[in-house]
Amino acid sequence: MADVKDRQNLAEGKAAAFVEADKTEISNTSRQVKIEQDVSDQLGEEDTWRDQLMTLVRQNKLAAFSAVVIGLIILAAIFAPVVAPYDYLAQSLTDRLKDPGAAHWLGTDELGRDVLSRIIYGARISLTIGLVPTLISMAIGTILGLCAGFYGGKTDFIIMRLADVMLAFPSLLLAMVVMYTMGGGLINIFIALSLVNWAGTARIVRSQTLSLKEKEFVEAARSIGVKKWTIMFRHILPNCIPSLIVLFTLNIPSAILSEASLSFLGIGAQPPSASWGLMVVRGKKYLFSEPWLSIAPSVAIMIVVLAFNFLGDGLRDVLDPYLKEQ
Amino acid sequence: MLNRVAKRIIISIPVLFGVMLAIFIMLRLVPGDPVTTMLGEHVNPAVIEKISREMGLDQPLYIQFFKYVANALRGDFGTSYRLNRNVTGIILEAFPNTVKLSLLAAAVAWLIGIVSGIVAAIRQNKILDRLFMGGALIGVSMPVFMTALVLQYGFAFKLKWFPVSGFDSVQAMVLPAIVLGWNSAGSIARMTRSNLVEVMQNDFIRTARAKGLREHGVIIGHALKNAMLPVITMMALQLSSMLSGAVLTESVFGVPGIGRLAVNAIENRDMPLLQGTVIFTTILVILGNLIADLLYNVLDPRIREGA
Repeated sequence: MADVKDRQNLAEGKAAAFVEADKTEISNTSRQVKIEQDVSDQLGEEDTWRDQLMTLVRQNKLAAFSAVVIGLIILAAIFAPVVAPYDYLAQSLTDRLKDPGAAHWLGTDELGRDVLSRIIYGARISLTIGLVPTLISMAIGTILGLCAGFYGGKTDFIIMRLADVMLAFPSLLLAMVVMYTMGGGLINIFIALSLVNWAGTARIVRSQTLSLKEKEFVEAARSIGVKKWTIMFRHILPNCIPSLIVLFTLNIPSAILSEASLSFLGIGAQPPSASWGLMVVRGKKYLFSEPWLSIAPSVAIMIVVLAFNFLGDGLRDVLDPYLKEQ
Repeated sequence: MLNRVAKRIIISIPVLFGVMLAIFIMLRLVPGDPVTTMLGEHVNPAVIEKISREMGLDQPLYIQFFKYVANALRGDFGTSYRLNRNVTGIILEAFPNTVKLSLLAAAVAWLIGIVSGIVAAIRQNKILDRLFMGGALIGVSMPVFMTALVLQYGFAFKLKWFPVSGFDSVQAMVLPAIVLGWNSAGSIARMTRSNLVEVMQNDFIRTARAKGLREHGVIIGHALKNAMLPVITMMALQLSSMLSGAVLTESVFGVPGIGRLAVNAIENRDMPLLQGTVIFTTILVILGNLIADLLYNVLDPRIREGA
């Protein structure tokens, strides 16, 4: 017991020495003070977040505009029953395959359902698919990446070989296999995409952890006896957050595209769901007579994906020089 | 050099093994008995048992797995439930079509991607750059099936330049190749541009200009060589997403390739065929990555000549 305490005292002394050394260094030149301030700014107080947001708006108008578009789409999805002119399931056999016009802005499908209303309701599916599985898979990837980078050795080897295996699969094919095993349906797409996409995140978090764990502040924390998990989640993880935000924004569109692709292939969402991918494949039969049936939901997918890609690009420029170099 | 090649190949082996194991386990998690699924509910249990034994499905899973790997190494991926034929034979029949499609698509992607990347880099921050890079991002964001449907509608239906579907003539191959190449073209253009912009800031570029070299000489002779290295690696890595895209392209245009096989296998609940196609495709991707790595070693003198 006493031994532990001694060691802790020693460690605290070491940490104090670090802080001391830091202080003398800072007082050396005013330029260095400035750098230290910049660094602490980047570590993220609330006002600097606002600063970064302003930089984004100023530097990259397209990214800011995309953020607005995404916001509007999210609002439309939440308030779909209010925004949509018709019920997305309401069939009207007398109004089948109507051309776009005043009553139905984007026309009607083969069952007389309003295409615009279905696209608005479909945004709910696409956005949920974009957000939830991405969050889950990134959480898995972050934890595994942190462990691999922090513990090294066998843990690292096993996790990263597992990631190698996951990354070797063409992602759509892997998702197809999972869908084969579990059957179609939206819930299963959730599970498939959550399981499939963690490896990329794990790699990036691991490489950041590797460089972060050599930094002085981690050594300081370690030397005053902070527990490993606390170091990982309180000291290393916050420094990965900027990269993770960018990665999150860029992973959302690929999840949306995966869902659309699976549904397009008939192994994703099932009718009468208003999934955009499903609308495209059902409209495909009428491509040469009523092209809007398949093109309109395709355009919806493209707009959402494009907006997230623009936003992710902009965020990367502002938040994360690290990812940009990769 | 040889040492590194050998090491790289050895690393790929456990990945390959892991891929087979992962697919094998996932496909065994399917609820229900495969033979019952294949024959239907109303078949005599004795018949089902007999067929299970013939197919080796009554043995423990690990024995089934090692048998599968041993057979796969000899090029035997089992027998398709639905077509009652050797899976390897079916795959090898479809494979040339996917290869043709992918190569043509790669040619489209490289041509569009590299040329527009170079132009954008030269005209950095001018209108042409904005236009090309905006176009590249749209290219990346367009779902494969959307490009396919738009081109089908415009060039096959309205203009009648190309057939709507099929893959039996050169003309029929044009649209699928453009569709599949389009996505990759976007990312190649972006990468070419950003690398070229970075390389152009180097001292040796200033030297080349200072000695009186014309601008296109500077770019082709000095800058491009250095900028293309990562792009070449990326092209090989694109193989993976290209094969994913091939599944969609083949399904829209009715190309009888490997992607179509995989989709059909899922529709028909044909487990051996699905297993074979996915493992075969993944082996291709692993090989592609291996080649990319080795190519990088060969092309970069710093690595080639270095220790």
